[in-house]
Amino acid sequence: MTDLPAATDRKLGLVIDLDTCVGCQACVTSCKEWNSGGSMAPLTDLNPYGAQAHGVWFNRVHAYEHGCTDGGRTVHFPRSCLHCATPACVTVCPTGASYKRAADGIVLIDDDKCIGCQLCSWACPYGARELDPIEGVMKKCTLCVDRIYNDNLEPEDRVPACVAACPTGARHFGDLGDASSPVSRLVRERGGVDLMPELGYGPVNKYLPPRPRAAGTLQAPAQALAPADPAGGFLGWVDRLLSD
Amino acid sequence: MHPTFSIIFFTAAAGAGYGLLAVLGILAAVGQLPPDRILGLASLGIALALIAGGLVSSTFHLGRPERAWRALSQWRSSWLSREGIASLFTFVPTGLFAIGWLVCARTDGIVALAGVAMTAAAVITVAATGMIYASLKPIAQWNTRFTVPAYLIFALMTGTVLLDAVLALLDRPDRAVTMAALIAIGLGWIWKRATWRHNDGIAPAVTLNSATGLKGGEVRSIEWPHTEENYLLKEMGYRIARKHAARLRVLAQLFAFALPLVATAAALLTAPTLAKAASVIAVLAQAPGILIERWLFFAEARHTVTLYYGLDAAARR
Repeated sequence: MTDLPAATDRKLGLVIDLDTCVGCQACVTSCKEWNSGGSMAPLTDLNPYGAQAHGVWFNRVHAYEHGCTDGGRTVHFPRSCLHCATPACVTVCPTGASYKRAADGIVLIDDDKCIGCQLCSWACPYGARELDPIEGVMKKCTLCVDRIYNDNLEPEDRVPACVAACPTGARHFGDLGDASSPVSRLVRERGGVDLMPELGYGPVNKYLPPRPRAAGTLQAPAQALAPADPAGGFLGWVDRLLSD
Repeated sequence: MHPTFSIIFFTAAAGAGYGLLAVLGILAAVGQLPPDRILGLASLGIALALIAGGLVSSTFHLGRPERAWRALSQWRSSWLSREGIASLFTFVPTGLFAIGWLVCARTDGIVALAGVAMTAAAVITVAATGMIYASLKPIAQWNTRFTVPAYLIFALMTGTVLLDAVLALLDRPDRAVTMAALIAIGLGWIWKRATWRHNDGIAPAVTLNSATGLKGGEVRSIEWPHTEENYLLKEMGYRIARKHAARLRVLAQLFAFALPLVATAAALLTAPTLAKAASVIAVLAQAPGILIERWLFFAEARHTVTLYYGLDAAARR
């Protein structure tokens, strides 16, 4: 049923550090690569090498300019499913294809039941769900359920593909329901925030805002270049020659 | 939101069909429905054709239409599921009502009771349709107290205008129905204008600041994650130029309300032959009018995901 579990034993999710993300898109391509063969496979591409390429992706990295009091800043912003505590994408589902797992809180789609009505994509404010136009069903981030519980992988590899791929360590995976977990500590220490808290979806994933800039880093020591105005010598002769 | 024709047609056609059923049930309940088989065949036939056509049309936008039956299972949480169940359940009292009217040539007594149940089921179905949209928090223009009454008013309005034309064409004009149509059109017009007025003044509940968690200062999209339009932009990023919206609002008001209002008033005041033509004109004007209104309902709705692409900020400038 699409009723939500009253509580989940764990709250598995991601903590994304907007301070260290450099927008390299490694998590994006790594996600696409793993999930093209994962439990939600295929992530269909239409016309991938031609004009108007169209494809299903679970993870996207936007770039924003944040104008704040201590000057402007470029922020790279990865956007994917937040595995909300009260996901409307699940409760609006008319078929029971969408569900939130009571064990770990992961929001998933049973692609044998989905009718592709797309109402879940309307109900999600974060744009986490996309229609696969060939399969006719909705697709979304699985938090790599087929990696994190996969006994065939080395223990250190049992993390979502996006986390494994991040070269700057901007993505962290863990249990946000456990106050003593490293991710929960990180959220506490860095003041992690919910996205669109006013809508009340209770996103599990947290975002760490960029650290405040250290004092004095704004002064740019480089002086503006003085205009070259050679009066004499070889350069003066060249200048006169070229000025005529 | 992308205006998908199959959904626009479904909500407009099935709305009119359920509205017509609701009005027939009310008339039977108050003993004002003539037990004429031809009238029954025509009015129930039109209502059921509109409903069936709408329901079939609604499956066209599904990725997997062959699994549509699964949509009846999640009535405990999903308004779409409730709408599906209510729409199918409406066929039960409607079937009993049709048997009573068409076979036994009666619209009173137990048949009228079936009519009341039919009215209730039709109203519940249309209210459920409205709730599908009204319950979506990411779309501020739909998530208002205007949405559900709008669906109910427009269903009753189009149903009454249809019934008025059917009665006139069968030489059974009913001044009460014509008056009801007139009132419904006026109410619909007022409600639509009030809705637009409210929606034009909505302050966005969500900003790009809260969507990205970046507090204070202006957040500006400088680069999209992809160069081509993706599913989100095609489905949720639909943008309509303001000048087109303004023109379409005028056209919607002209066809859905102004012309039917004049025509219905003329039907009330003129000789039967002219009244016949006038009530048909009301239907012919309102059909495209309500489709334009419904098209705008989708095209003018803005989803929060467009914030991430900087589309709303661009539209405000």
